[in-house]
Parts: sequence; structure tokens; C-alpha cells
Amino acid sequence: MFGYLIKRFIQMIFVLWIVSVLVFVMMSFTGDPTYMMVPLDATDEQIEQARRILGLDQSHLVQYWRFLTNLLQGDFGRSFVFRQPALQLIMERLPATLEIVFLAMIMALVVAIPLGVYAGAYPQRAGSRALMAGSLVGISLPGFWLGMVLIFIFAVKLQMFPSSGRGPTEVIWGMRLSFLSWEGFRHLILPAVTLSIGTLAILMRIIRAEMMEVLRQDYIKFARAKGAANRFVLFKHGLKNALIPLITVFGLMLGDLIAFATLTETIFAWPGIGKLLVDSIYRGDRPVIVVYLMFVAFLFVVVNFLVDVAYALIDPRIKVT
Amino acid sequence: MTAQTDAPLLRVCGLKTWFHTFGGVVKAVDGVSFDLSPGEILGIVGESGGGKSMVGFSIMGLIDKPGRIEAGEIIFDGRNLVSLDDNAMQAVRGRQIAMIFQDPMTALNPLYTIGNQLEEMLTLHTDLGPQARRERCIEMLAEVGIPQPEARLGAYPHQFSGGMRQRVVIAIAMIAGPRLLIADEPTTALDVTIQAQLLRLMKAQVEQRRTALIMITHDLAAVSQMADRIVVLYCGRVVEIGASAALIAGPRHPYTRGLLDSIPANHQGRSRLPQIPGTVPDIRKLPPGCSFAPRCPRAAERCRSEIPELTAAPAGGAFACHFPLEAAP
Repeated sequence: MFGYLIKRFIQMIFVLWIVSVLVFVMMSFTGDPTYMMVPLDATDEQIEQARRILGLDQSHLVQYWRFLTNLLQGDFGRSFVFRQPALQLIMERLPATLEIVFLAMIMALVVAIPLGVYAGAYPQRAGSRALMAGSLVGISLPGFWLGMVLIFIFAVKLQMFPSSGRGPTEVIWGMRLSFLSWEGFRHLILPAVTLSIGTLAILMRIIRAEMMEVLRQDYIKFARAKGAANRFVLFKHGLKNALIPLITVFGLMLGDLIAFATLTETIFAWPGIGKLLVDSIYRGDRPVIVVYLMFVAFLFVVVNFLVDVAYALIDPRIKVT
Repeated sequence: MTAQTDAPLLRVCGLKTWFHTFGGVVKAVDGVSFDLSPGEILGIVGESGGGKSMVGFSIMGLIDKPGRIEAGEIIFDGRNLVSLDDNAMQAVRGRQIAMIFQDPMTALNPLYTIGNQLEEMLTLHTDLGPQARRERCIEMLAEVGIPQPEARLGAYPHQFSGGMRQRVVIAIAMIAGPRLLIADEPTTALDVTIQAQLLRLMKAQVEQRRTALIMITHDLAAVSQMADRIVVLYCGRVVEIGASAALIAGPRHPYTRGLLDSIPANHQGRSRLPQIPGTVPDIRKLPPGCSFAPRCPRAAERCRSEIPELTAAPAGGAFACHFPLEAAP
């Protein structure tokens, strides 16, 4: 196990290094940030001075070396706009994103698992067919459209939930969280629902397909022959086997949701990292974009690692080595 | 034999299990009748695709769609299992009637320990507490010949060999003390060297508890050593039924003869093993008369038009043939 951890850690470093190269190359092609930094009426001399300060007068190799050594020291640069360390900006907004992502994920799982098991166990029933048709709609609906429709119905017409913003927050362990108060939680619901629908539909279809496959196995019939009740057979012997392929998808989706909550956050004016990314792209705030990209890469690597560990935990035939 | 004087534990009467598929109705079991006394061992023999397994699954009430029990009665201990609802059947399965599957590699859930899957039976069917359940599981594993049973409780199925897994399956089937055990090709998937061991184990298990056993197999040789009586199935119908010794010594139906002739041990020294010509016909398009007629050396015109009824033989047993073989002297 220890050797495995070391191996995964080295892999992780390697992946992050590749990402740092890609990010650096991409940033170098997106134009000269100097003009974002200097006043409009700056003289050539001032521009030249700014380039020197930013290190842009040196070769790309030297620039990359500086970029990398700074990264290794935890220095991701300061936001051009906020004059704050870029990492700090990301970290401040991260809890907001994590909140809607986790709530969306929980909602998706809580709904998708029983529905998927039902649809997989009784594929011929009208209810299962309706669920399958509904899930297609769920997958096809664009998030931004769904978000606006939800706002129109639940915020404008019914006035049940607020249409935008984060509402009151409370600080726990240095993180500002809004799900602790009812008012804050109310603000969470619409963005989380918007974010969860697509995931929910995909998870449900996967669980259904896996259940149909698993229920054909001999050990399911054997469990029935033991005299176990149908529901017990489905959830104890069926679902756990069906979950194994689901873990991979789930891991990727979690990463996806965190990284691409951007649209939802923009629609609901939710102050998370997705919205920060969009704003930073508009403002050409290069250090923030860099940190964001590095951070998302890091998240994917970590989530994939957790997925592998989860495999080994759930399936005794798999050994992590 | 004392068993036959008792009231029957199980009486299967005119059982028809049909599958309604797109290609037509598959009459997997078509009018099968037999009975079974407590403690009796009954062999059900036939070729692959002969509907043998479906008899077992019909008794368990585990026929998957599009299959259905169309007609017939399965009277177990005075109750007709065909008319029981699913809840009532659950109390019968495992507790009263247990089943052993063909392939021990797939019958156990790969994600749970042996101990968990064994204990599940006790949780479902008894009121024992956790400690008592554990002790009973260890006892049972020792009984079926698993070394170091206590340590093996925490092992997963993939850590066992095929033979050991089938022992675990037998332990699971027997632990709740069923009154009838249905073994569906219990040794077919195993090495020949282990087959005899497991058959002995099963025989010892059922004799010790006076559990009745239905052995479903295509191996007439194996079953003849174990069973009190044998039912020979062909294309979903009973072609011959009788006491083991008599049936082996003097089969009346040509199909039974054919099965016996194709046992290698009976033909030592001969250059080529006799075989039954042809294959089992497509069960959706059975010939109008006797299903065996196309392969039968004795078939006549009558066999191709008229289905032979099961008729009792004077010496005990019954056969379904228009032109039966001579009774043994």
C-alpha cells in the first residue's frame, strides 16, 4: 500500500508538471499582458520597464523556469486586478463552489440510485420506460436554459427561492459556508438543482444498465434461492456489484462538476471559482487563470486517486499495487 | 426401503413450464409428474436442453420471464407451491427447499465474504444471535470439509478453488436445515477428481438430516450410484421412471438404453463408444409423435404420429414408449 501511494504521488507530480507546461505555453500565446497592467497613456519607456518587472523581456525558457520555481514555492503570482495572491482568491471562493457541487452530487445520487435500481430491476414496466425517456430529456437539457427556467418558475412566479447571490454565510474552519442557515440554504437550492439534473440522468442510466447486467448473474438467482426478499437481493447483492463501474464515472463527474460549474455560477451570480474564472478571462487576469487551471488539474488527479482507492475498498478482488 | 412407505414430501403433478419467446412457445417442461418421499434421493437425468434444470427452478418458484408455469401442481408438504405468492414462497426457499447451482464460480457473490453469505441464511431463517450464528457457520464449514473454518469465514470467494467453493455452496444450502435439496448439475463444472468427493459429501449431508434430494444431472453413471429412483427426461417429458437398480439393469425406453450405452465404463475394451445418433431436436418444433422418434432405432410409423403415454411397468416404474425394450429377466 505504501509503495502504491509513492507511485501514485510520483505520477501526480508528473501530470501536474505536464499541465504546468501546457498552461505556460497557452498563456504565452494569448498575448502580452503588459498592456493590461500599464495606464493607457504609458510611454514606451514605462511599458518597457513593466515588461522588465514582469520578466517578459527574457527568453521563454527562462520565463518558464521562473514560473515553475515560483509554483514550487507556492507563489502563483498576484491577481492583476485584485492585487491579492491568486491562490488566495481561488481558495476564498472555493467553498462556495464546493457547496453547490456537493449538494448537487448528493441530490443526484439520492435520486439516481433508487430510480436506476428500479428501472434496472423492472425494465418492462411503464414507470421504467418513463424514467428512461425522462433521463434523455435530463441529459439533453442545456444547463443555462434549465437554470433560467428554474429561476422563472421558482423565483419569479412562485417566489419560493431567491434567484441569485449567495445569501448569508457563516464561517467554519475559516470557510464561509451558507448551508448552515435556512436562508443561506434556500439560496443553494436552485443552483444545485440546475447542476445536478444532467449528472442525475447519466448516473441513473448507468445504474440501470449495470443492474440489468448484474441481475443476470448466477449469484443473484442463488440469493433468491436462499429465500431473500426481492428488495434485499436488489440492494445487497445487486447494487454493490453495479456500483463498481459507476465509481469511475462518478469520480470523473465530480471533477467535471467542480471545474465546470462555471455556467451555473454565472447564471445564479454565485461567487464561486467558476465565476471567478469567467471574470478573470474577461479581465485578462492571467495569474488567476493559471492558478485555476493548475488547481483543476490537481483536483482531477486527486479524485482519480480516490477512485482507485474506492475500487479496492469495494471490490476485494482488486489489490492496489 | 423405508422411505417409500412414508407420505410423499413432494408431489409434482402434470407440471408444464413454458417460455413464450418470439420464436414460439418453448415447452421446457411439458407434463412432468413424479413424487418424492422424505429422505429419498431422486435423480433427474437427460441431455442438455432437456428441461431438467427448469424442473428444479419451477419447484423453487424461480422461473424468469418469459417463462411461466402453465399448468400442474407442485405439492410440497401439503401445500401447492404454484399457488403461493412471492412472500409465502420466500419462507419456503432456503428454509424448506434449498438449491445448489451448477457453477460454483458464479453462484457466490464476489463482493461478500464466505462468512457473510453463509450467515445471511441464518439471519433470514433463524432467530439466532450474532455469536450463535458465527459458531453455527464455523461448524457448518467444518462439516463440509473446509480446513481452518474459523479463519476462512473472512475469505472471499475468489480465494477458494472451484471444489472448495462448491463445498461452501453446499454449506449455504444445508445450514438452515432444509427438507428438500435440489442439486442442479452440482459437479459438472468441477474436475473429475473432485466430483466423487462432493457427491459423497452431499449424500452424507442429506442422509444425516434425512433431507430429500433431487439430483439433476446428465451423468447417469454418477446418479445411479446415489439415487434411490431415477427420472429420465427427454424434451421436457418423462420418458422413463423407476428404481435405480432396476432402471440400470433393464431400461425399457430406448433413450435410457442409449444413455446407458454411452457411459464409457460400461464398454471397456471396445474400440468405439456407442452413441445416440442425431441431436436433441429444436424444442420449439418438436415432431408430432414421440420426440425421440427421429433418433430412435426402434421407431415405427406409429411413433411419428402418436405421443406415447407414460405407462406403468409390471415390475415397478413406468415408461413412455410404444415399442419398449424387453423387461430384464
